[in-house]
Amino acid sequence: MKKYVCFLLSLCVLLTFAAPASAKDDESQSEDTAKFDVTGLIMEHIKDSHEWHILDYKKEVDGEEEEVHVAIPLPVIVYANGQLDFFMSSAFHHGDSLVKKGDNTYILYEGKIYLAGKDGEITFNKDGEIENEKPLDFSITKNVASMMLVSIILLLVFISFAKAYKKNPGRPRGMQAVLEPIFLYVRDDIIYPNLGSKTDKFLPYLATVFFFILFNNILGLIPFFPGNANVTGNIAVTMVLAVFTFLMINLNGNKDYWHHTFWMPGVPVFVKPILAVVELMGIIVKPVALMIRLFANISAGHIIILSLISLIFIFQTIAVAPVSVIFVLFMDCLEMLVAFLQAYIFTMLSAVFISLAVAEHKHE
Amino acid sequence: MFTIASIGAGLAVIGAGFGIGKIGSAAMDAIARQPEAAGKIQTAMIIAAALVEGVALFGVVVALIA
Repeated sequence: MKKYVCFLLSLCVLLTFAAPASAKDDESQSEDTAKFDVTGLIMEHIKDSHEWHILDYKKEVDGEEEEVHVAIPLPVIVYANGQLDFFMSSAFHHGDSLVKKGDNTYILYEGKIYLAGKDGEITFNKDGEIENEKPLDFSITKNVASMMLVSIILLLVFISFAKAYKKNPGRPRGMQAVLEPIFLYVRDDIIYPNLGSKTDKFLPYLATVFFFILFNNILGLIPFFPGNANVTGNIAVTMVLAVFTFLMINLNGNKDYWHHTFWMPGVPVFVKPILAVVELMGIIVKPVALMIRLFANISAGHIIILSLISLIFIFQTIAVAPVSVIFVLFMDCLEMLVAFLQAYIFTMLSAVFISLAVAEHKHE
Repeated sequence: MFTIASIGAGLAVIGAGFGIGKIGSAAMDAIARQPEAAGKIQTAMIIAAALVEGVALFGVVVALIA
């Protein structure tokens, strides 16, 4: 049985090489498509956008082939010149039209909304930078919608676990059996060793951070609809998480913590001010490191996967496809590990920093 | 056309590779000495590797911005 499966698999791999014969005979198509823009494609997938793109397909319209975009337009909420405007991003028609609401004309350029000038254009100053003003943008963009989706999933899943835990105290079943060990691992191996008696005070925040990051990382790896958004690879999102950790650390810091930060006992007096400056920088740098670590790891993973898939389109042959797909599968497995690992590291470092802030020292 | 940014990213990656290699080799030595502690050593190795990679990715982010 095993030999049969091996034979079948190797036959499938070899068959993918048979396809190039049919893919290469229309030369005309490669003439009119411009050189494949890898950077543009990757940036488009990594960045936020005002609509949730689902798929493209080519359609015959009046004898001509046309690309049809299927996307979910997301609401745009902007505030400019004292006026709060609300409209669907489909009004922009993918950047082709301006939207006029009251006194304000909005224009969508490269995924960002600007206030259009008098002639309804984007003006560039002499350095090539955009001169138009930006309104305050509170829109529900792709990342926001994805975060809302993950929040709903988290709420549904964990509230149902809590109820099920109360109702049947026996062996957990189904999804609960998968996530409950992970939750217990977070509590017993990440939080308890660091926080000890104060575990219950900080468990809600740290467990939420862990599962939020984990679910968002995993959802970002799925290439089609509900999972396309690159949430944790967006530095604004990771910055907010780092700010939460910063607030948790400093609002819960006890007297010993501040005393040690600014006037470290046990060192000569002339060193103390220097140490105070260094410690103060440390208070800011540690959450910043958390932010950049999560952002860079997840973004880098997505960029690698997108680049490997783009290899097929750069070389314009289907022979690269099996190599590329196998590499991408391997990278995806690595990315799953990174998804779990980054959630673990963020939570563990947050727990360590909080434990340093609430530690009770016994002074002799 | 070569850009200094990509050379910078490459240097950061060299640092990461070197660091994680050292961590891996120390972990292998430790597991060889005491196979019962393999689980704990592996956990500590993964944590240290993620921290080193975080530092290397600082460099990559700066290169990306440039």
